Amino acid sequence: MEAVDGNAIGGLLHEVFGTEMTDAASVCGSCGAARRVAELTVYLRAPGTVVRCRSCDSVLMVFVKVHDRTCVDLLGLAALG
Amino acid sequence: MAGTALRRRLTWQVAKVSAVTAETASVRTLTLDVPDWPGHQAGQHLDIRLTAEDGYVAERSYSIASAPGEPVEITVERLDDGEVSPYLTDELRAGDDLELRGPIGGYFVWEPEDGGPLLLMAGGSGIVPLRSILRHRERTGSTVPVRLLYSSRTLDDVIYRAELDQPAGGVEVIHTLTRSQPPGWSGYARRVDAALLAEVTWPATATPLAYVCGPTSFVEAVSQALVESGYPPERVKTERFGATGGT
Repeated sequence: MEAVDGNAIGGLLHEVFGTEMTDAASVCGSCGAARRVAELTVYLRAPGTVVRCRSCDSVLMVFVKVHDRTCVDLLGLAALG
Repeated sequence: MAGTALRRRLTWQVAKVSAVTAETASVRTLTLDVPDWPGHQAGQHLDIRLTAEDGYVAERSYSIASAPGEPVEITVERLDDGEVSPYLTDELRAGDDLELRGPIGGYFVWEPEDGGPLLLMAGGSGIVPLRSILRHRERTGSTVPVRLLYSSRTLDDVIYRAELDQPAGGVEVIHTLTRSQPPGWSGYARRVDAALLAEVTWPATATPLAYVCGPTSFVEAVSQALVESGYPPERVKTERFGATGGT
């Protein structure tokens, strides 16, 4: 499965955070790489949506939809927004 | 507009397809009548949601092909194993309803005040948001110089071919055809590489602003080569479509 990038999940992120997030800054909690959310690596068809650091490949964010709820894991991030 | 768009709630709504235009054998442009459209920026997306009779839902994100102020259009390439695109390209007709939400995105966007010179790099259907940028530039009377390098498999795969054959003043369109070329083809005939980029792009000293959109492998190769040639990473905006269309 080939990765896309954060541009592809602008709608999901807007739904979760209530605002446009693709141009927000992010900092990887593992390696400290700072990137716009749009530039992060995104796997759409993992179990859920998985966002990884483009530098060290650490998992930064995971979104899993169950019925009408979206479960959000942001533990891989040091900073967002 | 951007300020109000930031606070806007993103809700699903039903649009009506007002026209379907064939761009290539596998690509269609859908013109949409969206009753509650707040306006968009060049380069933004919208999400499409299809719901099957059994309740199964599939969502996909598509770049908006039209300029701000024009009727909303998306251009969709049919992916043979796709869940959504075959329906959009083969089944939808003018008058049909389509559920969508948007506009979405604030990173891969261009406004005239962002300036240039603009280097637009498209692989396959990656041309779609760049076409919105080109039309926005023309409609706003911007004189920012533009070079578009567009990589396609064959001439028949070139999307918006007639439009790109008549570029606005100050816009240079350069094609490369990677799989086959018609007799007498005088354009490029290979994948985009560092040598090709060196021939067609502005040097980093011209402080260009680059937008690169296409399949992931295309975007990786091009953006990396641009940064290696001295473009600052923050002046190279990227959007990766995955392994979809060919280049």
